[in-house]
Amino acid sequence: MTLASLQRGRKYVINGIDATDPDVQRLMVLGLVEGTEVELASTAIGGDPLEFRMFGNAISLRREQARHFAVSPAEKGE
Amino acid sequence: MSKESVTRVSADQISVRRRPSASIAVVGNPNSGKSTLFNRLTGMRQKTGNYPGVTVEKHVGVTHVGETSLELVDLPGMFALSAHSLEERIAADVVLGRIPDMDRPDGILAVVDSTHLYQGLYLVQQLMELDLPVMVALTMTDAAVSSGIHIDSDALALRLGGIKVCPVIATTGEGIDELKVALRGLIESDKPVVPEFWEELSTVSEELARELPATVPRFEIERALIDHDSALAQEVAGYLGDDGEERLKACRERLFGSDPPLANEARRRYTWVRGVMNDVQHAAPVIATWTSRFGQFLNRPIPGTIGLFVVMAIVFQAVFAWATPLMDTIDGATATLGTVVADNLPDGALASFITDGAIAGVGSVIVFLPQILILFLFIIVLEDSGYLARAAYLMDRTMRSVGLSGQSIIPMISSFACAVPGIMATRVIPSRRDRIATILAAPFMTCSARLPVYALLIAAFVPARSVGFMNLQGIVLFGLYMLGIVAGLATALMLRKTALHGPKPTFALMLPEFRRPNLRTVMMQLLGRAMIFLKRAGTVIFAVAVVVWALAYYPRSEEVHIASVASQERAAATLSGESLDAALVRIDNETAAAQLEQSWLGRAGKFVVPVFEPLGWDWKISAAVIASFPAREVVVAVLGTVYAVGDEADEATLTERLNSARHPDGTPVYSLPMVIGLLIFYACCLQCAATIAVIRRETNGWRWPIFAWTYMTTLGYLGALIAYQFGVS
Repeated sequence: MTLASLQRGRKYVINGIDATDPDVQRLMVLGLVEGTEVELASTAIGGDPLEFRMFGNAISLRREQARHFAVSPAEKGE
Repeated sequence: MSKESVTRVSADQISVRRRPSASIAVVGNPNSGKSTLFNRLTGMRQKTGNYPGVTVEKHVGVTHVGETSLELVDLPGMFALSAHSLEERIAADVVLGRIPDMDRPDGILAVVDSTHLYQGLYLVQQLMELDLPVMVALTMTDAAVSSGIHIDSDALALRLGGIKVCPVIATTGEGIDELKVALRGLIESDKPVVPEFWEELSTVSEELARELPATVPRFEIERALIDHDSALAQEVAGYLGDDGEERLKACRERLFGSDPPLANEARRRYTWVRGVMNDVQHAAPVIATWTSRFGQFLNRPIPGTIGLFVVMAIVFQAVFAWATPLMDTIDGATATLGTVVADNLPDGALASFITDGAIAGVGSVIVFLPQILILFLFIIVLEDSGYLARAAYLMDRTMRSVGLSGQSIIPMISSFACAVPGIMATRVIPSRRDRIATILAAPFMTCSARLPVYALLIAAFVPARSVGFMNLQGIVLFGLYMLGIVAGLATALMLRKTALHGPKPTFALMLPEFRRPNLRTVMMQLLGRAMIFLKRAGTVIFAVAVVVWALAYYPRSEEVHIASVASQERAAATLSGESLDAALVRIDNETAAAQLEQSWLGRAGKFVVPVFEPLGWDWKISAAVIASFPAREVVVAVLGTVYAVGDEADEATLTERLNSARHPDGTPVYSLPMVIGLLIFYACCLQCAATIAVIRRETNGWRWPIFAWTYMTTLGYLGALIAYQFGVS
């Protein structure tokens, strides 16, 4: 499961990143690293780009970039 | 000043003479409240300049703490020292001491938004490794409290090795005094020992340091190891000798294995950040407020997109509806001023110079100040409230279809106010191809200098009829805005398919929270804009008005004068009463027209008119258009002057004068096809020296500005040609 396929209203944790792409490295510098708890906040018209929340920050990226991040549901997720 | 020379001077003199004893860089994430804090600390004691070679603005201010004065440098917002865009590179280069002719700052004030500790602390950790004293200002503590976040600033200070952490509310000034005292302490007291954040990196860089000249500090080696493709990395490799590159590569392998250095750094630092946040931040469950629910609603795709169009519609409606009463006042005042001067001065060159040159010329541009300020007010508020970033997110898909990303939206919306800050706003776009395509699209957006031209021509020649619930004038204006947008996007698409062909742009953007814009910050920016406009009106536009007036007034033809006197005498001999008055007015007008036609301006206009005749322009319009190539709004001033000198001067306002302008055969000069063509010409043409200059600086050469000018002028000419020829036949 990747960041591109989250359900709204649930929490997930990033658990694997393919970091070869420099654009992905930039997203990591912005805070999307293993262990970060993320939530899907919204999608734009047509389902792309996506808006995520992590620790109170909102970050927006496209589906194709979101696919580089593997996630699993957070254990304490409601 | 030496301590022995005690001379008594009054207190106000001291503050003028006192030189800042140290310089502190104000560093922080974008939208961390950095500039609000900077404005709060320095007040009006600010200077704005440029960093060498780039147009990134350098804001420097002074703050006084008791007897000490400190220089503060407000750096562009940055997320990390590994620069991603031009602005980030400048900020990083300042703190690394890599800006030519600029000393490295003596200390760093790291601004951290308390509601966004996560990214804030990442940067703080990087900054603390730079061998400079660092302190932290925790901003927006009020917002943190209202969203249920409590931060233990003492615990945070402890985790940061005992450096000062000052909670502040920049908007109200709470905590500012303590912050200032701490800033002085930062410079005066000894450097605290920085905790070891990354032992392996320190060990490896220390090993390398032994082989390097002492002038290469440890932190530079560390950054060179992490930022493997930076200029700094190349420099350090050069110092290490011929096999420098390989040596660094080997060190990186030892440190990071096969992991890309940046990814490794991010993983490591964010692990630390999460640990710190667990210790110092306690979040209570957030109560859903009305604003947060509204924000949620606007986040949904369809309401969000509709909301964007509603916001833009309100902006353009306001620019016209709200400004009208103010504009009428200014218009009335200039007309009255002109009349008063004309009545109190003897007829002749001086009276004509003041009324027709200075007042009619500059006045016709000043009238548009209210509209321009309202437009800027909206753009500044939209940007400051975080809405523009949301627009970028909502529009990303649309922009993708023309080969750009949502990030190009912010420069384009800014360009509705002015293309110069719009083009500067492209500096956050990482890819050079996207950036240039955006730069070339931006000048097509209807800027505030086009507004006077549109407003004048639309008010004069488009009937104020209602069409459904909309006004015909409004529809025409909307059409012109759309024309600009379509032409700009088509240009970007064309460039991305040809000269700027390349990989699809990626899109990653931090979306700031919606927040109420700070009145002080908005007003300071608005005031700055008003000053720029008035300065332009007082210098460039005044100068052009004067030159145009002189060209239109001189040489005075003796023949025309003699003929005029002769016909006046003839009229006086044969007519009387009302018919005499009418005849005298007619003779005056004919004289003015004849004088204007044989003036320098008249001759020059007639020389170029063959080029513009296919567009339906007469020599007056042609001359005004030529004169407005340095700054498009000048056309209004030139028309104001030309028609005040000419035979339409009887009418009170410029609008009425334009309406009564006639070709020699009696048909109106300003026919609808010609006006539409003229509007299209102004919608497309790049008549702005400031924009050309900023394109040259931002693209590092003359190639793109020359292309933009030629391309846009050709497009404008062809558009006007088609509109006129089509409309006439």
